[in-house]
Amino acid sequence: MRYRIEIFRKDRDNEKGYCQSFWYETESEAETVASALTALNEQSALSDTDGNTARKIEWDCSCLQKKCGACAMVINGVPRLACQAKLSEFPKGLIKLAPLSKFPVVCDLVVDRSIMFENLKTMKLWLTEDAVQTDKSQQLSFESSECIQCGCCLEICPNFYSGGKFYGMSAVPVTMRLLSESDKKASKEIIKQYAKHTFAGCGKSLACRNVCPKKIDTENLLVNANAIAIWKRF
Amino acid sequence: MDDRTVNVVGAGLAGLAAAIELSRKGVKCNLISFQPSERAQSVLAEGGINAALDTMGEGDTTEEHFKDTMKGGCYLETESAVRNLTDNAPDIVKELYRLGVPFCSENGRIILRNFGGQAKKRTAYAKSSTGKMIMTALIDETRKYEAAGLVTRYQHHELVAMDVKNRQLVSISVKDRFSDDTFTFTGSTILCTGGLNGFFEGMTTGTAANTGNAAAIAFDSGVEFANLEMIQYHPTTVAICNKRMLISEAARGEGGRLYIIRNGKPWYFMEEKYPELGNLMPRDVVSREMYLVSRRDDCEGEVFLDMTGLDDNIWKNKLSDLRSEIISYLHKDPAKEPVAVSPGIHFFMGGIKVTDEHETNIRGLYAAGEAACKYHGANRLGGNSMLGALFGGKTAAASAAVSAGQCIVKKTETPVGTVSSPEIRHILRDVLLEGLGIVRNTKSMNDSLQKINTLCDKTEKNSIDSKRIKFAAAMLNSALARTQSLGAHFLMNDG
Ligand SMILES: Cc1cc2nc3c(=O)[nH]c(=O)nc-3n(C[C@H](O)[C@H](O)[C@H](O)COP(=O)(O)OP(=O)(O)OC[C@H]3O[C@@H](n4cnc5c(N)ncnc54)[C@H](O)[C@@H]3O)c2cc1C
Ligand code: FES
Repeated sequence: MRYRIEIFRKDRDNEKGYCQSFWYETESEAETVASALTALNEQSALSDTDGNTARKIEWDCSCLQKKCGACAMVINGVPRLACQAKLSEFPKGLIKLAPLSKFPVVCDLVVDRSIMFENLKTMKLWLTEDAVQTDKSQQLSFESSECIQCGCCLEICPNFYSGGKFYGMSAVPVTMRLLSESDKKASKEIIKQYAKHTFAGCGKSLACRNVCPKKIDTENLLVNANAIAIWKRF
Repeated sequence: MDDRTVNVVGAGLAGLAAAIELSRKGVKCNLISFQPSERAQSVLAEGGINAALDTMGEGDTTEEHFKDTMKGGCYLETESAVRNLTDNAPDIVKELYRLGVPFCSENGRIILRNFGGQAKKRTAYAKSSTGKMIMTALIDETRKYEAAGLVTRYQHHELVAMDVKNRQLVSISVKDRFSDDTFTFTGSTILCTGGLNGFFEGMTTGTAANTGNAAAIAFDSGVEFANLEMIQYHPTTVAICNKRMLISEAARGEGGRLYIIRNGKPWYFMEEKYPELGNLMPRDVVSREMYLVSRRDDCEGEVFLDMTGLDDNIWKNKLSDLRSEIISYLHKDPAKEPVAVSPGIHFFMGGIKVTDEHETNIRGLYAAGEAACKYHGANRLGGNSMLGALFGGKTAAASAAVSAGQCIVKKTETPVGTVSSPEIRHILRDVLLEGLGIVRNTKSMNDSLQKINTLCDKTEKNSIDSKRIKFAAAMLNSALARTQSLGAHFLMNDG
């Protein structure tokens, strides 16, 4: 099958973006957007669908197994992982790729997600005392720790914007892990930060739930975090 | 707080362990990594981490952990270093528990599982996502020191050059992948840049983002390496798009069995040939047996991993993540049908040669984690690698802290090329695979070396490609120098 891969690109030294399309042919059912991008970049002379020479496509990846979040991008309008999106999911053969729009674009599909990590630092998200582990904490901690900080939830969120006071869903798993393992005293600061940077800005649209590549039950995490932080049900 | 600073390159388990230890000693750290910690290969680690915690009533001891590690590694590793590692393991795992790693436990007692090459239960685990759980806890802990100004992250920065004079590290050069600017960092440096996956692109269970460039650059700068021929092929991997997916040893630790069809019937060859540990023999032995049985005339088809005998509780509480991963990639439920598996490259026992204190032959330069060669000899035991990375990172940090001075960061105008050509990468991969397979012979290793040597003319002097070629040749030379079979280096010469 022949796919037309249309990429919204941006050069490093130019503010303006542009679209460029590439043909990619494969019969393999296993191929993903990630493998297509790799193969295109391995061509000795990459040319677009109009036959023009093109520079290599910049994008990020690491694990190729949905476990590291590096390859998040917008695929046919939906924030997803490139290593998760199989080409066979697009029977019409048109695949549109764009960088996550909530972060500054570095080049092509590479974005600078530093703000996500900065926000976690601002929220002072770390344990201040030894973890208290129980059956319930273990379950919540495990589920929370599955978050790969890819940013898909922020992309889909109607309330998140980079630099705003609301830090979005990606801060919730980190908060939840720490809350689940902290006693009342140790939770105080975390609760304060959570109320300020998460609870107050969340419009409960829960769009994040549908796009989380790890299928984290974001609603469940929110309910648990709110129970502790807002409704004081320890 | 003083101005002593250490550069740590790499932010996986080893790099984070080093950064945390430096912070606790009040020493500042520049934590430099190609990608943020969340993307490091360490998040992929599955089955668990070893420590003789003796919580399962089997009377396990650190002495037995030491002996199993030495035996598994064919006694190629340094005894004193392994003893330090295994003696410290229980404290390391207990500390991880205090940092909130949700190890499977009952009322505070950490439950241990069986892993390869060890008769007693010694592997602490969080289902089949142990690496991810440990990384999350360490990332959170490191954040505390970032906020305190002790750790400064450079998390889209690549090591691109090293300046070594008279066996002393002068500086490292680091390129910001986002701005393309290059900086030099003076001062003591710990390399925690992970394994050599990038030399075997698409053929390993790890990440190709560990390009191996750091190793090639270090080697070219005069850093000594050891045991580069010791490449671990994990027995149970499956080819998926552009990489090999691991089916954790935990599957066999919990009861999974390997078989091949012989004369029309399943033959559980590991159980028959090695009744002492059966399917849980060290990985080099299992992979080699799989290689050999699948070439026998009386055997047909592939080797299968049969996990259909595992009870529901195990699937639910211990391996639910592994099961869903197999279903998602292979469209097969391992609880219902056996899965075809074959050995794939998984770990590099060889690397930068370090002392017990993790010093390299270059003053001011240290190494830890999979980038270094210390604890795993000719074959690493499952569950010892995360342990080695954590203990190594901590030890290297303690050593580097002693000699640490000021670090000066300066922007440089000299651009450094870092992108290797896909064509050369692929040739190197194919040639290395021919020479350094599960079963090797002198002729094919020599042939590979010759092919690699002809590549030298095709690259520019001092380019990253030329350094990679030099390094690949070193891997083959290292293999050729070892004329007897040992662990992962198994020779079968014709005639
Ligand atoms: C699928 C899988 C499962 C595993 N399961 C287990 C297990 O159950 N138990 C166990 O003990 N071990 C396991 N291992 C092995 C173990 O995970 C690794 O050996 C260990 O995590 C390595 O840690 P590290 O810190 O040395 O390297 P990594 O985690 O690989 O980190 C390397 C760091 O260096 C950075 N880097 C690389 N090159 C450069 C450069 N040029 N410039 C700047 N930065 C650079 C990377 O960005 C990264 O931050 C597993 C490995 C895999 C692949
Ligand atoms: S490359 Fe890791 S999630 Fe896609």
